[in-house]
Amino acid sequence: MSDIQTWTLVFVVLTFSIYIFVAYRSRVSTTSGFYVAGGGIPAPANGAAIAADWMSAASFISMAGIIAFAGNGYGGSVYLMGWTGGYVLLALLLAPYLRKFGKYTIPDFVGDRYNETARLVAVVAAIVVSFVYVAGQMAGVGLVFTRFLKVDPTTGVIIGMAIVFFYAVLGGMKGITWTQVTQYTVLIIAYLIPAVAVSAKVTDVPIPQIGFGTILAELDALQTELGIPEYTAAFGSTNMLNMLLITASLMFGTAGLPHVIVRFYTAKSVRAARYSALWALFFIALLYTTAPSVAAFSKLQIIEDVNGTALSDMPSWFNTWSEVGLITQADGSAISALPADTTVNYSDILINNDIIVLASPEIGGLPAPIVGLVAAGALAAALSTASGLLLVISSAVANDVYFKKINPQATEARQLMVGRIAMAGAIVVAGYLGINPPGFVAQVVALAFGLAAASFFPILVLGIFWKNCTAMGATAGMLAGLVTTMAYMLWTIDIYGNGAGVFGILETGFGTIGMLINFAVTIIVSQFTPKPSPVMQELVEEIRYPGRTELVSKHAQGEVG
Amino acid sequence: MDEHQRREYWRRNLRLMAVLLTIWALVSFGAGILFVEPLNEVVVAGFPLGFWFAQQGSIITFVILIAVYVTRMDKLDAEFGIDEYEEEVHHS
Repeated sequence: MSDIQTWTLVFVVLTFSIYIFVAYRSRVSTTSGFYVAGGGIPAPANGAAIAADWMSAASFISMAGIIAFAGNGYGGSVYLMGWTGGYVLLALLLAPYLRKFGKYTIPDFVGDRYNETARLVAVVAAIVVSFVYVAGQMAGVGLVFTRFLKVDPTTGVIIGMAIVFFYAVLGGMKGITWTQVTQYTVLIIAYLIPAVAVSAKVTDVPIPQIGFGTILAELDALQTELGIPEYTAAFGSTNMLNMLLITASLMFGTAGLPHVIVRFYTAKSVRAARYSALWALFFIALLYTTAPSVAAFSKLQIIEDVNGTALSDMPSWFNTWSEVGLITQADGSAISALPADTTVNYSDILINNDIIVLASPEIGGLPAPIVGLVAAGALAAALSTASGLLLVISSAVANDVYFKKINPQATEARQLMVGRIAMAGAIVVAGYLGINPPGFVAQVVALAFGLAAASFFPILVLGIFWKNCTAMGATAGMLAGLVTTMAYMLWTIDIYGNGAGVFGILETGFGTIGMLINFAVTIIVSQFTPKPSPVMQELVEEIRYPGRTELVSKHAQGEVG
Repeated sequence: MDEHQRREYWRRNLRLMAVLLTIWALVSFGAGILFVEPLNEVVVAGFPLGFWFAQQGSIITFVILIAVYVTRMDKLDAEFGIDEYEEEVHHS
């Protein structure tokens, strides 16, 4: 076993033991504990849990690589602004009001505020979005196990499934939340240590957010030399219209994703829900402001190490990752097909986005324990997101389908059992999808934001802020947004139609248009359809004010609605 | 709260939201995208300013916006006497 493998094993075993210990301490016996941790999580802990839930394998493993290599550098800003800006919308427009409304799930709100048809659409959307996501997380777990511990991906996914099974089935939301707090700690330490070390080494400034400013001019010059638009150049890879639409789509999509919104139900009060959003974005910002510096440092180092170097003189990380096929020739064929004395030009090779963070300690020449720590951090990111998504699936099945539709007389113990069985089933399906990922997963994950923006966001906001928003208006709006967005995606995406689209709008940005259509249709149809009942209008009025109010309490007990 | 106070509370909440969301749009869509090219002419500590807003400044501003929102809402709640939060229970 190499040094790196030993250290990785040490960190993985250590962190997994901690997760199991934390989960055992917070096991639950009520449905409220299982779905929303009894609504009793303090704001900073809830914020850390939201941050871990939100930052997936994609944020931890892929994002820095996407910024560095998918475009010129500036182009990746859509993810940085989009995936953080959505929290402002959540904090101001949704979190406090949904928390005041109470209940367990998004379909609960949609169903109670509008009608049963809308509830059904929401259940299906929540389950589909969550499964698509969770498959990506499980695949991420497999990737880390394969690269660092040299076990095959199937074994890796099964180990990951077993861990999630233990704490999610036993502890429900409570177990998941406290485990996620631990996982956030692991992942942020693992992300920041190498970033600080590299920044200090290259620039003498130990704060990566400031340090990477000093290398931007050099990076710009290098890219110009290589014939790529400058790293910091505006619209070097994406035009202005698409930058605007994609950023907006990611922002509004973030504010419409069920696994994020549900976390505000776990807060103690309306005030705690607001503070949860603040803590969550603060914890997310720590990683999201570091990612662009990791991207810039890695890109500079990689260009300097690789461009004009003979294959036989390549640094060891180059060989490690080309052996597993994540560094290839520009046409996708293996590096090993080239004679050893070939001099490599940067433009001749293709570097997979996923290796930048995982390889950054090696690229920066940091010692083996740090490499192991980064592997444990990547696992923490993937597992924490997977467990949050699995809970959404489980609560949608057990609460929204079983309890609300099939057996409203079910006892608490029985609901809890159905929740646990649904969770176990979801883990098995997620594991299967992780081992045999359908080819379109990566694309669908990116599109999920557009779909969430076009379906959920408008009807949630209008449902809260506009008393006269009607059930028929919301259902029509949701369907109109969803159908136009899906149609445009199917028309333009490579694997289906590959049409040119309208005005050159990319499919990832169309969710913004779909959202506007949804808003327009909901507002227009609401003018001509029966108004919500006076009780419902009064209820919508009451969720505006924090503190205990009679009608909301009665509604929560199921006495009105 | 009586009807008048409710209306006043809500009006002030909406006004705060409008101000914060305007700043939200100005730093991200404005400084980060629409006006990125002129802003890039200014370079601070190695960062072209538009690029900095897109990759650092907008995120930092978002955190500050939510911080302002929660503290202002705390004050507003206290002023209207609806800040007895912690006894609030979750749905039974």
